[in-house]
Amino acid sequence: MINKICESLRAAVADIEDGSVVMIGGFGNSGIPMQLIEALRLHGARELTIISNNAGTAEEGIASLLRDRLVRKIVCSFPRSSGSIWFERLYEEGEIELELVPQGTLAERIRAAGAGLGGVYTLTGYGTRLADGKETKMINGKGYVLETAMPADVALIKADRADAWGNLVYNTAGRNFNPIMATAARTTIAEVKTIVGVGDLDPECIVTPGIFVDRVVAQEVQQHDAA
Amino acid sequence: MMRLSTDEMARRVAQDIPDGAYVNLGIGMPTSVSNYVSDYKQVIYQSENGILGVGPAPEPDKIDPDLINAGKQYVTLLKGGCYFDNAESFAMMRGGHLDIAVLGAFQVSATGDLANWATNNDKFPPAVGGAMDLAVGAKQLFVLMRHTTKTGEPKILEQCEYPLTGAGVVKCIYTDLAVIDVTDEGLRVRELYGDNTLAEVQALTAAPLLPPL
Repeated sequence: MINKICESLRAAVADIEDGSVVMIGGFGNSGIPMQLIEALRLHGARELTIISNNAGTAEEGIASLLRDRLVRKIVCSFPRSSGSIWFERLYEEGEIELELVPQGTLAERIRAAGAGLGGVYTLTGYGTRLADGKETKMINGKGYVLETAMPADVALIKADRADAWGNLVYNTAGRNFNPIMATAARTTIAEVKTIVGVGDLDPECIVTPGIFVDRVVAQEVQQHDAA
Repeated sequence: MMRLSTDEMARRVAQDIPDGAYVNLGIGMPTSVSNYVSDYKQVIYQSENGILGVGPAPEPDKIDPDLINAGKQYVTLLKGGCYFDNAESFAMMRGGHLDIAVLGAFQVSATGDLANWATNNDKFPPAVGGAMDLAVGAKQLFVLMRHTTKTGEPKILEQCEYPLTGAGVVKCIYTDLAVIDVTDEGLRVRELYGDNTLAEVQALTAAPLLPPL
């Protein structure tokens, strides 16, 4: 019997170790696993490397991990949205390492890791500072940069609905990085709004096949709308 | 000199977006271009977080907190629109499927180099987002920016002083003073607003400008 449903958020993150590389889905506050992040913060693993598009805003989500000084390094494309006070503070103090990656390259390095590729050659960043020190290659007369695959120990992702086999569907633009991150981590944990019966999701519409998902956990309180 | 307002600049760019185009609008000033595209044209907006067919802002009681644009503002989906993940979104860009990107800029060079992700201030964290992918991937890249900085320094230069987003990628520059095409011969003024003269605009530009054809 395959049953990936985890009883609690706390249990879902209990084995995340100090020094782990943790992917966190979402784009801004869209499709971000807020409750898993809060569970991770309470769990208290330290010296984390976080891979996510943004660095969090105000006091919630990724910003709360930064505020509690649980993060050693962040890999992201756009760390300073308005309100990214904790990232800006730690960056200025030299208390956090930033690896800035163009958004499409971030996506493709994650996808490569999940697809068993060593990396990809991309046009993006060729001739810029973000390609410094990286291998380049001319292919059909154009310059490309070798960007290596970026796997993680754990991916925390957010979906709308799941079944016990770990099949996932998402809500609107909340999909963003979640499906690719699901493929790229040794352990993928999905926070979902609703758990449905196996067979209840339309197989034509399943976005993330359950093979990529290790644990499914339902939100413990309905997330209030950010509006 | 005649200086267009932000809304007038956005309206001017909108005139040059053709019917049927797939367009990505950068955050900030470029986002407002969609307000001015004529209803007679069908233009499909892509948002890099994973939307094709971005519609206007929702009514306050119809907000979906997951449905935001790249600037993290609430939006809607037009009929026929769809969602996709970030790998597919950036495949649309790098794969050359997007017709036009409109981006803001710190600086643009005489050969169409774009600088819009970092300054030379190391205390100020850089942020790149999708700008480098759009710069290399969109079939045409339009820059929408003020002609000079707040302190009056030129933003169009022989060479960018700030780190590049992409080299030789800008096709056309829309400022509050003029429309300037990046051509093989150099920067050619296509349009001067109001009574602005080439000499006046040249005086605020740190790269040579060619007169309108």
